Amino acid sequence: MSPTIKLLQGNEACVEGALAAGIQFYGGYPITPSTEIAELLAEKMPRVGSAFIQMEDEIAAMAAVIGASLTGAKSMTATSGPGFSLKQENLGYAIYTEIPCVIVNVMRGGPSTGLPTSPSQSDVMQARWGTHGDHPVIALCPSSVEETFWLTIRAFNLAEKYRTAVILLLDEVVGHMRERIEIPDHVDNVLTRKKPSVGREGYRPYQPDADLIPPMASFGEGYRYHVTGLTHDETGFPTNDTEKAGILIDRLHKKIDNNLDDIVEIETQMMEDAEIMVVAYGSTARSASRAVKDARALGIKAGLFRPITIWPFPANELQQYLPQLKQVIVAEMNLGQLILEVERNVAGKAPVHGVLRGDGELITPTQILARIKEVQ
Amino acid sequence: MSAYEKYLRNNRLPHILCSGCGHGIIMGAITRAIEKADLDQDRTVVVSGIGCSSRLPGYMDFDTLHTTHGRALGFATGVKFAKPELNVIVIMGDGDALAIGGNHFIHACRRNINITTIILNNNVYGMTSGQFSPMTPQGHFATTAPYGNVDRNFDICELSRAAGATYVARGSAYHAVMLTDLITKAIFNPGFSVVEAISQCPTYYGRKNKQGTAVDMLNAQKENCVTVAASAKITSDQMQGKIIIGELHKSEAPEYTAVYRNIVDSLQAKEMK
Repeated sequence: MSPTIKLLQGNEACVEGALAAGIQFYGGYPITPSTEIAELLAEKMPRVGSAFIQMEDEIAAMAAVIGASLTGAKSMTATSGPGFSLKQENLGYAIYTEIPCVIVNVMRGGPSTGLPTSPSQSDVMQARWGTHGDHPVIALCPSSVEETFWLTIRAFNLAEKYRTAVILLLDEVVGHMRERIEIPDHVDNVLTRKKPSVGREGYRPYQPDADLIPPMASFGEGYRYHVTGLTHDETGFPTNDTEKAGILIDRLHKKIDNNLDDIVEIETQMMEDAEIMVVAYGSTARSASRAVKDARALGIKAGLFRPITIWPFPANELQQYLPQLKQVIVAEMNLGQLILEVERNVAGKAPVHGVLRGDGELITPTQILARIKEVQ
Repeated sequence: MSAYEKYLRNNRLPHILCSGCGHGIIMGAITRAIEKADLDQDRTVVVSGIGCSSRLPGYMDFDTLHTTHGRALGFATGVKFAKPELNVIVIMGDGDALAIGGNHFIHACRRNINITTIILNNNVYGMTSGQFSPMTPQGHFATTAPYGNVDRNFDICELSRAAGATYVARGSAYHAVMLTDLITKAIFNPGFSVVEAISQCPTYYGRKNKQGTAVDMLNAQKENCVTVAASAKITSDQMQGKIIIGELHKSEAPEYTAVYRNIVDSLQAKEMK
């Protein structure tokens, strides 16, 4: 069958992606500008026999998503800045207990209630460090409606494959703009979590395979195992043994760090001979793409580096361009978040400049072009 | 081996609770009730939050989920709604369920989702060494109420009934046989059930309030608790300072997962046409 062609919002594409990935459980709480995701799933999920629930608050929504995932259901929630803050407690629980789930955050202007209907990219560091404790994070950041569809599927796949929480960071522009999208009739490569090959007697719920990922039994299958947010050993039961605590936290990081080739994804435009690199992501990357093309038309050797996986940060991918770079520009709708990571990786080998704004307005191609011309 | 022992993870015992704590007696009542209700051990999930009570599922041989403070019912709702065929039992403490988890608690009652909730009420935050909880009576002492508690306390059972729970009962560690019976009935109720289980904390609450040994505190439960039937026969003056135990509320209401299932079925029937 041929793909369906539609004109959709990013939020709607996220729903289509979740359905294509086989979402079985959604738990949410209303918040602008992510609300369309919940509204559409409320309509669509009962039709296919899957579970939609609106919880009493964001904290409970995140808790319900984790509980559902433990029964084997592919689970997701969606929110925006203030709600994302409330989800952080149980987001850390999901990461530490290795329970797959997807958290969509449609970023709006902050801090606090801020600018609920305006775009921002100011939750980039909250996505990285919002929950307490050392923890690895996977966060993906689409720039278009179509990419939102595919990255939602990818978020589910990475969550299931690596047994972790995956954050999909939209910004309000990507969430609400409408674009043409082709929705395939069938999506290949939809992944589900690895199941144990042993019975109850041999099952140690946090005993990893060689890939550092433990197979995951579902509740109700007879494995009768324990899950706790306390530091635990391979049996799943709590321990105060510092050696075991070290083994666990190291493994949680390594299971991500050892697979950066699989997890990290970027896009570049005209970077082959670029001397000025513009780093941008989400809707800002669209302005940056235009600005880079305009700069080329003026004979300036500019290129675009767009992290699609924003966490883990594409450090190796960025560093490979360092020998050719004379200037680096980071454009983001905040007062300087990912620029810190860029500076850390450029490590003084080129000046790093920001095109930053936190007033709820988009960054325009003109603004970025002006900066390119200024620093060339 | 007693009938309920197969429900315990004997290799995890002895438990970490203080000597004289009432929670072990209540865990015994819960496991006996599960045995009486003949729940499938492989199809039963026990969920807890954070605090002394939350450590009990670790000793119980089911799929067990030790979550975050106050959030047990959020997790349990996810488990039950995603797989309604599972039996879900939630164990919470008084601070856990009613302070940090208060919002989740009233909404779980309101939904009438088929979950059996046991609130172990020892009137104090034990795990953090004796701060006042929403169940510490006004004027009583705690490490954070050195001059007497300013706050008033909840009535858990009245709160549960008002919020929509369809089975509400209260028991005590002293009345362990009755407590087992109440929890069994709660398990059989096809909706949201709450059993308040009065427990004793001789280490913190008891010591701060000069209530004596664990045995003294159990004897106080014996003296202060009046059954529903007995309470009907005595005057309100005689009821001063007494606590009513037994079944306090039973009602019928549509169960949450069943209501959703009906929607799913009717939508799918329409699609078939």
